[in-house]
Amino acid sequence: MKTKHITRKATRHISQNEGLIFEKSSPGKAAWKLPPLDVPEVDTAKLLGKQERKDLGDMPEVSEIEIIRHFTRLSTWNYAIDLGMYPLGSCTMKYNPRVNEFVARVEGLANGHPYQAEKISQGALQIMKTLSDCLLEITGMDAITLQPAAGAQGELTGLLMVRAYHESKGNARKKILIPDSAHGTNPATAATVGYAVENLKSNDRGMVDVAALAAQMNEDVAALMVTNPNTLGVFEQEIHKIADLMHAKGGLLYMDGANMNALVAKTRPGDFGVDVMHLNLHKTFSTPHGGGGPGSGPVAVKKILAPFLPTPAVITNADGTLGFEYNRPQSVGRVRAFYGNFGMFIRALAYIFANGPDGLRQTTEDAVLNANYIRKGLEGVYDLPYSTPSMHEVVFSDKVQSKKGVKTMDLAKRLIDYGFHPYTTAFPLIVPGALMIEPTESEPKEELDLFIEAMKSIAEEVEEDPQFVLDAPHNTRISRLDETAAARKPVLRWKP
Amino acid sequence: MRYLPKSPADRAAMLKAIGLRSVDDLFSPIPAEYRLTRDLAVPRQMAESEIVDWFKQRAKENGEGYTSFLGAGAYFHYRPVVIDALVQRGEFLTSYTPYQAEFAQGTLQAIFEFQTMISELTGMDLANASMYDGSTAAAEAVMMAARITGRDSAVIARNMHHEYREVINTYATHQEIPLKTVPFTDSGQIDLKELEKAVGDDTACVLIQSPNFFGTIEDVEAIAEIAHKRGALLIVSIAEAVSLGIVEPPRTADIVAMEAQSFGVPVGFGGPYCGVLATKEKFVRQMPGRLAGQTVDKNGKRGFVLTLATREQHIRREKATSNICTNQALVALMVNIFMTVYGKVGLRELAKQNLAKTAYAADQFSKHAKVLFAGAPRFNEFVVETSEAPYAINSRLLGHKIVGGLPLKKFYPELGHAALWCCTELTTRSMIDTAVGLVAESERSVRNMKDPEPEEVVR
Repeated sequence: MKTKHITRKATRHISQNEGLIFEKSSPGKAAWKLPPLDVPEVDTAKLLGKQERKDLGDMPEVSEIEIIRHFTRLSTWNYAIDLGMYPLGSCTMKYNPRVNEFVARVEGLANGHPYQAEKISQGALQIMKTLSDCLLEITGMDAITLQPAAGAQGELTGLLMVRAYHESKGNARKKILIPDSAHGTNPATAATVGYAVENLKSNDRGMVDVAALAAQMNEDVAALMVTNPNTLGVFEQEIHKIADLMHAKGGLLYMDGANMNALVAKTRPGDFGVDVMHLNLHKTFSTPHGGGGPGSGPVAVKKILAPFLPTPAVITNADGTLGFEYNRPQSVGRVRAFYGNFGMFIRALAYIFANGPDGLRQTTEDAVLNANYIRKGLEGVYDLPYSTPSMHEVVFSDKVQSKKGVKTMDLAKRLIDYGFHPYTTAFPLIVPGALMIEPTESEPKEELDLFIEAMKSIAEEVEEDPQFVLDAPHNTRISRLDETAAARKPVLRWKP
Repeated sequence: MRYLPKSPADRAAMLKAIGLRSVDDLFSPIPAEYRLTRDLAVPRQMAESEIVDWFKQRAKENGEGYTSFLGAGAYFHYRPVVIDALVQRGEFLTSYTPYQAEFAQGTLQAIFEFQTMISELTGMDLANASMYDGSTAAAEAVMMAARITGRDSAVIARNMHHEYREVINTYATHQEIPLKTVPFTDSGQIDLKELEKAVGDDTACVLIQSPNFFGTIEDVEAIAEIAHKRGALLIVSIAEAVSLGIVEPPRTADIVAMEAQSFGVPVGFGGPYCGVLATKEKFVRQMPGRLAGQTVDKNGKRGFVLTLATREQHIRREKATSNICTNQALVALMVNIFMTVYGKVGLRELAKQNLAKTAYAADQFSKHAKVLFAGAPRFNEFVVETSEAPYAINSRLLGHKIVGGLPLKKFYPELGHAALWCCTELTTRSMIDTAVGLVAESERSVRNMKDPEPEEVVR
């Protein structure tokens, strides 16, 4: 570590080595104990015949203490929100409240079976209904499904409804318009639903080019998928014009709600012309990312799309009890078994309860305040390709630093040494060498100041000793990994 | 608001640093007519104790304390306490997808171990890091088979979980993959003759579930032969993962589309669960979903990264193998820990207990009602046909705090008064005896209604 550039947030710490679990295995060790069998033993050969499995191959045999140490040691090799700021742009790495985890594990909710009678499922149904009502109020939409398992499946569900809507009018249409700043899931989803993808270029302010949209919009276009605020963290100020343009030619406006954390309690997509949108409960509504999932991607729609929602829908019966409705002839069908990632509904609703209307508003205000504070702190140090006002995230580029041969990924790796998780690198695609930073509301001023200080310090290091930054990270257990070798000759499992 | 770490003075200082006078200035990009000027109509801010009370109340209205004989894709198995102790560590719970490998080796190594154990258990060469659930894994497997074979139709067993079939249908429709359904025989297994007829030169894959929806184990080898003879792939869906402890895995399959919920994941009213795909090495580049791979760092030290990303949406966009991004990572970690706890010997012993409980229960039921599909081996589910409609029986069982088997008429009208019952290692003999007793009572009373007692006739 160079003395001038002290990492105030982090310091080196002993880290335990740990092999693969298979390397600890040895016959006769066990971490399980079954109760005595209270029914007669069975002759497995007689019951299963040639279907009986004799050997489980190279499954491990280890004791409980080894399992606890194994996974605890592994866990210490991860960075986490619980350790500090995790400024991944468009990922909304906010605090995951512990009460969410607690209530999701309450007996009765954790052990409810999806096929138990509705009479003894009123608690779960009430949770789904209450969450649905809250999300409809937050989005300003008319109807909702909680079934999609994640954001990308929400997109799929939304586009299936778009397609069903157009088919009901006699023409499914051919393509989906997608801005060049969009997430990769948008075009991948359009393809899954059988639509061609047409790119829409952004204007010099980083927003949808309304004139280009007017030129590209015609009766072949089923919908425009827009992220708002977009991936530059910029609010689409002409969103109402965009909606009008789409509607005038019979098209629909889809909103990717990945960045809803910038809008909750301040504005509602349903009010500015959106016809269908998905939410990410694992972003905006604080359910944990868990190292990559589970997510949950509810889809909210306007009345015109309600008949096409997946089955089943939660309904209120004549006697006031809640139930599932399966008979929906115009439905797009089912996108997932059962009712969705129910455990995430519990967590998201607990988050809404903890906030209330005032907390939700303050949360959004703080998220936008934090992003703008970082923007102000780093302006002039890093290139800001778009000067348009930022909402919940800000996108810089490595234009200045790349003159010294240091790219966004190198800066990101050096940021690790300073005790921060990197920002999102090289996205959105419209900014070459992007640094996409989303602090969320969960960061205190002190943490933001440390981050700004770290980023400034790294910029200085690039000037003084670019090689030092190119060789980062210096303080992690392992140095940069050979990703090319991993892909060229994939080793995807352990072998004895 | 207790989650927000700023004092009013902090906020004022930050606004000043930015050069703004009020928070409203931050939201000036939103056109004034769309700015919300009222409070959202959501419940007021609650204390933590109130939140806990509210959800505990809902739990009481949700079958808390009932004994259940339901399975059908969601299985009650014991969850070792170390699972929740470990997955609640913040470093696992509150981390993101491990794209920055140097800072996420814990998650990456865990995924690598998960992939290894799933491969080992399913008899496949390799497995991915997870899919949403068993139903979407099956749907993705069908699309994967279409890409591999260049063919465009699929043959699906009718004794596969109806909701899985519905999901496959949703996905396949717009991929223009026509689906053919093959019936089952008196043994509950797929009709091999009908299957033979259904598979043609345009068939991309045959998709079966084993153990199937009725709990019956399919003759995978025979089915594989029929599929492979015509150049189609075989996909086997496994909804009850514990079966892999005692039932021969589908080694002759090309893709296994699995639901791993049974491995330590709460039944939780249907989710989150853990889908996973496993396949032969030669098909890996057509498999969707994240993959962790082993590599080395600059100093030659072993480490793990997410790899083969050129299959994925963030690189290939509309040309990706799937639109999947977020998966079920933390749930896969639960599965991983469960597999590690039981391991090579424990999984087999656990599966054996499931087998024993089910054999006992089916035997007891068969003394009073008809147990269907008795001719084929089964794992932990079986179908009981009663004289009285299962809904009526179940409603009486509820009075005894017992949730009976799943009535099948809605999905298989020809099965009439049949219900799908499930036993696991958690089902006690006394639970089984009580349920059998109540079903026997129902059978007796129906018989009595049909055949009035002779003395009554005399009187």
